[in-house]
Amino acid sequence: MDIIVCVKHVPETAEAELKIDSTGKNIEKTGLVYDINEWDDYALEEAVRIKEKQSGTVTAITIGAEDSDATLRKCLARGADKAIRLTDPKFADSDGYAIAKILHSVIKTLHYDLILTGMQAGDDGNAEVGPILAEMLGIPHATMVKKLELATGTAKVNRELEGGLEEQLEVKTPALFSVQTGINEPRYVSIMGIRKAMQKEIKVMTLADTGLTENDVGTAGSWTKIEKLYVPPVEKQAEFLKGTPDEVAAKITEILKSKGLI
Amino acid sequence: MAKILVLAEHRQGAIRDITYEMLTKARELAEKTNAELTAIVLGKNAKELAKPLTEYAKTIIAVEDGKLENFNSEAYKKILTKLITEHKPSLVLMGHTSYGIDLAPRLAAALNLPLATDLIDLAFENDTLNVTRQMYGGKVNVKATARKAETYIVTIRQATFTAKKPEPPADGQITEAPSQLTEEIVEKRFIQYVLPPPGGVDITAAEKLVGIGRGIKDHANIPQVEDLAKTLGAVLSCSRPIVDKGWLPNDRQVGTSGKTVKPKLYLALGISGAFQHVLGMKSSDLIIAVNKDPEAPIFSFADYGIVEDLFKIVPSLKNKVNELRTQKTST
Repeated sequence: MDIIVCVKHVPETAEAELKIDSTGKNIEKTGLVYDINEWDDYALEEAVRIKEKQSGTVTAITIGAEDSDATLRKCLARGADKAIRLTDPKFADSDGYAIAKILHSVIKTLHYDLILTGMQAGDDGNAEVGPILAEMLGIPHATMVKKLELATGTAKVNRELEGGLEEQLEVKTPALFSVQTGINEPRYVSIMGIRKAMQKEIKVMTLADTGLTENDVGTAGSWTKIEKLYVPPVEKQAEFLKGTPDEVAAKITEILKSKGLI
Repeated sequence: MAKILVLAEHRQGAIRDITYEMLTKARELAEKTNAELTAIVLGKNAKELAKPLTEYAKTIIAVEDGKLENFNSEAYKKILTKLITEHKPSLVLMGHTSYGIDLAPRLAAALNLPLATDLIDLAFENDTLNVTRQMYGGKVNVKATARKAETYIVTIRQATFTAKKPEPPADGQITEAPSQLTEEIVEKRFIQYVLPPPGGVDITAAEKLVGIGRGIKDHANIPQVEDLAKTLGAVLSCSRPIVDKGWLPNDRQVGTSGKTVKPKLYLALGISGAFQHVLGMKSSDLIIAVNKDPEAPIFSFADYGIVEDLFKIVPSLKNKVNELRTQKTST
């Protein structure tokens, strides 16, 4: 079973304070910590688990600057066998469509039984690359996958629907699955593991290696173009309770008491 | 006349709310651009399902086919490809839901039409489509434009536009269009719906909820919060990451992929307030949020906010509530 996992190196922003940069089209990246996109982390883990059960190879592929190697090293340390990084200044400002084209140009030359991606990325959250890539490759797909069981030539997958419901589908393989968080528990990687992974090769490719032209990628090759980033307007703001923890706790208790909640 | 198409979403025999939300927004866009609003229903009993939509749209196209009983993105792609080619709409709207996410990107790629996803607003300016969406988990808003095209495809975020019937109602006509499905889709087949195993706790019935999120940091920290919940007479609930990590069962999850709750008190501890979570709890009577990050979106939905480490607040709050209880019993 040969599996390709598409990953993205993204800033962790859940607990960071974000600022818009001077271009107005991006966030200030200095000071942010980067890691593998959370959804891709689950996709990678799923791929490695399948490989451990059935043997085969796992190839991690990413599009990004040189610092994306940190994410690829993590993939290699986790159990990926090969890593490919696509880097070119012309790739800048590519939307999900252009990204899918770049991935397609490389993946179509590789052997695979399964392609796994995260269902979305924590930065732009378009949730579109997987299905577009599947259409380009002419293979079936399913998104928001929470459970994956493989048989010969088919896969049984559970997709997450709204309100706690799931649907079970049977999908012919080779197929592309974009996974939802919670499908597994990604393992921790030891420092030793990462050190070992440092010796593995990361294959670097540029626009010239893809067979695509400048017009296929970046803004020219995208469906959408970012015009402006801004901080969401605050429609309502909580009344902030201030003081020491004890003072704040007393205020909360007072509020709860006044509402008859305690 | 240009057309705007809205793909109705339904599951287990019922039209889903996102459909009316999209029809409301699409009506506004249709009026502004002098376009005709058309709803599309694909299903086994599409004409029956389409009935409530007649109040919202002048035209409803119903495609009936037994093979469309349950959603299948491949089947939908085939039928919509035909309908879009035939009607050449200026815009096609679908939900940014488990269905729309599975369908829209693949359909857009097949037709090579520009797609913009998870929109919280959209407008035409001349022939250009301007969209508003969010990045970085809702911390940043983005204005973007779509590449010029005859037809744009968009997915719309749930619970973003408020559904409102036109006045007077549209009194729409349901017309049937033939299904293009000659045979069963074999590469992707629906088997069944799967409900999570019922848990012991129904958080939707609780009067008070203590919700925990990423800020809880470690499994080992849950007992002390559970303790506070007990002291408050509240039930413990959580946001998605806690269930993903397996720290609490999924019947405790609040949000679009979990439960929608409306307790008298929702105490959010270490929850940043991603919209998926907020949609599940914003109707609570009283929301108090504790988060270290002053920019956390939860503070836009809470009545009271505390910018502090939750582990400093939890023990203090437990003590204060206990003190009050003791006073009450001694007097």
